[in-house]
This record gives sequence, C-alpha cells and structure tokens, in this order.
Amino acid sequence: MALDKDTVARIARLARLKVPDEDLAPLAGELSGIFAWIEQLNEVDTRDVEPLSSVSDVTLPMRADKVTDGGMAAKVLANAPGGAVYIDSSDKNAGGFFTVPKVVE
Amino acid sequence: MASLTDLTIVQLGAALAKKEASAVEVADAHLAKLDEHRALNAFITETPEKARAMAAASDARRAKGEAGLLEGIPLAIKDLFCTEGVQTTAASHILEGFVPQYESTVTTNLWKSGAVMVGKTNLDEFAMGSSNMTSHFGGVENPWKRKGDNRKLVPGGSSGGSAAAVAAYMVPGSTGTDTGGSIRQPASFCGIVGLKPTYGRCSRWGVVAFASSLDQPGPFARTVEDTALLLQAMSGHDPKDSTSAPLPVPDFAAAARNPDIKGLKVGIPKQYRVDGTSPEIAALWDKGMEMLKAAGAVPVEVSLPHTKYALPAYYIVAPAECSSNLARYDGVRYGLRVPGKDLADMYESTRGAGFGKEVRRRIMIGTYVLSAGYYDAYYKKAQQIRALIARDFRQAFEKCDVLLTPTAPTAAFAAGDKMDDPVTMYLNDMFTIPASMAGLPGISVPAGLDKDGLPLGLQLIGRAFDEETMLRAAAALEKAAAFSGRATGY
Repeated sequence: MALDKDTVARIARLARLKVPDEDLAPLAGELSGIFAWIEQLNEVDTRDVEPLSSVSDVTLPMRADKVTDGGMAAKVLANAPGGAVYIDSSDKNAGGFFTVPKVVE
Repeated sequence: MASLTDLTIVQLGAALAKKEASAVEVADAHLAKLDEHRALNAFITETPEKARAMAAASDARRAKGEAGLLEGIPLAIKDLFCTEGVQTTAASHILEGFVPQYESTVTTNLWKSGAVMVGKTNLDEFAMGSSNMTSHFGGVENPWKRKGDNRKLVPGGSSGGSAAAVAAYMVPGSTGTDTGGSIRQPASFCGIVGLKPTYGRCSRWGVVAFASSLDQPGPFARTVEDTALLLQAMSGHDPKDSTSAPLPVPDFAAAARNPDIKGLKVGIPKQYRVDGTSPEIAALWDKGMEMLKAAGAVPVEVSLPHTKYALPAYYIVAPAECSSNLARYDGVRYGLRVPGKDLADMYESTRGAGFGKEVRRRIMIGTYVLSAGYYDAYYKKAQQIRALIARDFRQAFEKCDVLLTPTAPTAAFAAGDKMDDPVTMYLNDMFTIPASMAGLPGISVPAGLDKDGLPLGLQLIGRAFDEETMLRAAAALEKAAAFSGRATGY
C-alpha cells in the first residue's frame, strides 16, 4: 500500500513526532516500500487462525492487592527533565510533582 | 600463566580460586584493554571506579569463603539494562543523561553471583538495528577485518558493543538482549557465542523495553560453557516480570560440559535454503551437519512452511509494540525535554529531536498498523501468521530435538553498507526472527571462517525451556568445529 505525504503527516501527529515538511515525502517513499514488502502476508490463508499475542503459556499470576513498595518520591522524581517540586523540601519522600509547561490558562 | 585477558570465564574462575590473581588484578587487566581499544567505540559508559570497588568487594567475599558462581568475573552490560547510579541511554539522545534509581533483575542476579561491571556497551538505538549504525553515540567497529582490506566492518546489532567487547578480549563475557536476532547475529559477525534464551527465562524487569512479547536478555562469551554459566546466573523467576517463567534454573553449565549427542535428532529446515545466502554459509551449514553426524547425531529434514513470512510479520508486531512502549518518552518524567509553545508541541519537539531516524520510522510503522481501520489488516494478520510460525516449530519438534541453521545470511559487512533501503537491512535477521516469533531459545556458535577470513556462525534452535539439549548440541558443534580464529588488526 502506498502512503502519501498527508497520511505520513497524520501518522506523525498520532505518534507525537515532529517531522519537518521536507522529510514527509522521503518518509512516505520509505514507508510505502516497507508496506509493499509486508503485503506478501496476504498470500497466507489465515481464516480460523487464532492470533498469537504472547508465546508464554503461563497464566498471568495473581497476587494480593497490597502495596509492595513506595515512599520513594525522591527517586521517582530524580530524573525529571523540567525539575521537580517537592511538598516538603526537608522530606523529599513525602511527595512531589513533575513540572510541565502551563496547560490551563 | 597466560595473560589474564586471554582467559575464559571458567579459566578466570579457576585462577581466582587458586589465588593466582585477585579480582582487583583481573578487573585492572580488563580495564586496561578498554583503554587500549577505545577506538572500537564498544562502550558508551566505562565504569572503572565501580569495577575496582566491586572487585575489591569480591576479593573480600572470597577471603570469607563466600564465592559465587561468577565471583570476580568482569562483565560488560548492554546499555539497555538499567544500572543504579550509572547512566543508561539505550543509545538514544532521548535518554542521554538518564541515571536509573534501580537495578534490573538480570544485572542484580549477576552482581549477586559475584560478577564485576566494567561498563555499559553501545547498541543500535533502542535495540533497533542489525549493524550498530543507528546508535546516537556512533557505530561500533567490529574487531575483525577482511584479509588485506582495512575497511571498518560492523559488529552486527543490536548488541554490537557487547559482542565486539568480547571478541576484542576487553571482557570474557557480556549481556545482550535479543528481540529478532540482536544477540545471535552479532555473535556470528564477531566470531563468539551468543545465546537467546526461551522467552520468559530471563526477567525483562529493568530492561528498556522495545517489543515486550519478543525481548529477551541473554549472554555472550567466547565458549559455550562460559555462555551457559552466564545464563545460569542471569536466569530465574522474577515476580516483577509477569511473563517471567516460574521454573527452577537448570545446571546449564553441566549441560554445556556434556557434548554427548549420540542419537540426538537434528532438524534441518529446508525453507532456510534461500536465495541471498552466501554459498560459503550454505556450505558451512552442510559441514556443521556432517560434524554433528560424526558426533553421533541423526539428521532429519523438517519443514517450517511459514518461514518466509516471519520477517514481514515481525515488522508489524515489533514496531506495533515499540510504538506503544516508546510512548513513555514524552519529556516529562525523564530524559530529554525540548521546550514547545504548549504541551503537545513540547511532546512532539522532544520526540522529534530525541529519537533517531530508524526509531522514528518504526514508531510510525507501529502507529499506522495499530490505527483505526488498519488493525485487523496488519496487526491481527501478523499475529495469526505468528501462530502459524509457532505451530510449524511445534510440528518440527515432534520429529527432532534441535534445529541447525545458519545464524545470518552473510558475514559482517562494511560500515555504511545496506543503509539505503531499510528492507535490505531487515533481511539480516531472516534466520533468527522465526525462533524469536515462537519464543524459542537459539544459540550462535562460531563454526568457520569465510574466504575473507571473517567468522561465520551456525545457529541451534531448541524447544521452549530446553536450553540444556541446545547447549549439549552447541558444545558438540563447538568441539567439532574447533574454531580458533581470533580478530586481528584492531
């Protein structure tokens, strides 16, 4: 299936990727090439074949609905790219916030 | 005694036990090799201080009589495993400077066994690639060169830094991860052993996720027994990974010490004889079967009819999972942030600048195949093909105990080759991806050199959770092939 520039721009927006305008056409070409190659899957009759989403036969394990860790806000926030704000600067593990650009005026 | 850096893990363990060397001396000898071969660009982060501290602690444990399975053994860790307090990048600009506050389960297991970390190795960005050329930190150079040709070759990918570090004797062993061949293909390109365990054998907790239903950590080393020892230390059930198998860890090293394969049925899948495979690799494959036969194995021709569809199906499943997994890189909680005029613009600018070309391409493929109206045509179809591939293997394993195939269709290629068309690069993984799709274990064993003097590997594929039989066959192949090649000219 051939993808056009507009479709690529739409996918980029869905994926939250900024793609410069001049890159859209080459990307459309590359992605079309990949999808043309993928088309060969249509040669295979998959009627009544149950899709396989995981190879592990194991039933997902259950555990008690209890908190197993926590109280480590300082660690959680340690890599915050915009810096972190703590509720109590003398006890960073008491809780805190990631910072983002203003969302609501 | 031979130089410490020439020793295998088993030999180093013996030397340490006999007090012929201390763990600190072993670490220093290997750190000197990291210095000497820095031009290979195998490491993103070297951790010499940490290595010496861990080695000193190892010596102290040994003095108290508390030596673990890998006591004092220096290892390199793929920079996809989170290591507490040590930068973990996934070779991406978007994670540059990220310092995990926790340790992955696999590396925790290795340190509990006494191993010593010398650094974090280079890889394709987010493990997406077969050449190491997609790393934000530059490609890794393969220590091997063609005879009479000084051009730089790729080490394969994505775990190229880990493979090159072992092939260049900078470390006796390392960790990798394998999603579609990222351990086995670089092992083949670098003339070493690389093992992808059964999906679920090694915990994925703390490993930067690419495609969660396929990703599996595994080891590299220069011998089958060393590889088995590493696997033994890395494996085990982990409640923090819901897909981790609740099974005991077998004595893999014992299996690797027992190359008795009398009566073992070795399947030869006829669909793996494809155009585009180098004639030398096809010949080596035949020779590999002859060697196993001479050791008592019985060849069996088997059919895996959906083999050719594994690769295109993989390029739906893996990008789909990647697009979901990589949604977390939004510039809010960790990694890069590029300011924008509003929140959405910040997300888009951060992700546009932080991800490299191949990663952006795969996120877009994944986003498209999962988008409304295309899900059934692509994603569901690929999962149905995946079911057929798994069925092919189940049927083949009714007739044989292990499969023997080439690892990769070619030897290592030159840096910059195969970069024009993404599909040409993807074809590198044609022999490794089918087992990945079925979750089966695979191992690449160096089996010979091509006319240019480059190493070629053969792959053995085992039944799910039967790495032991696979290791026995690998040990027999290793013994018969007696591969003694060593990279020179680096």
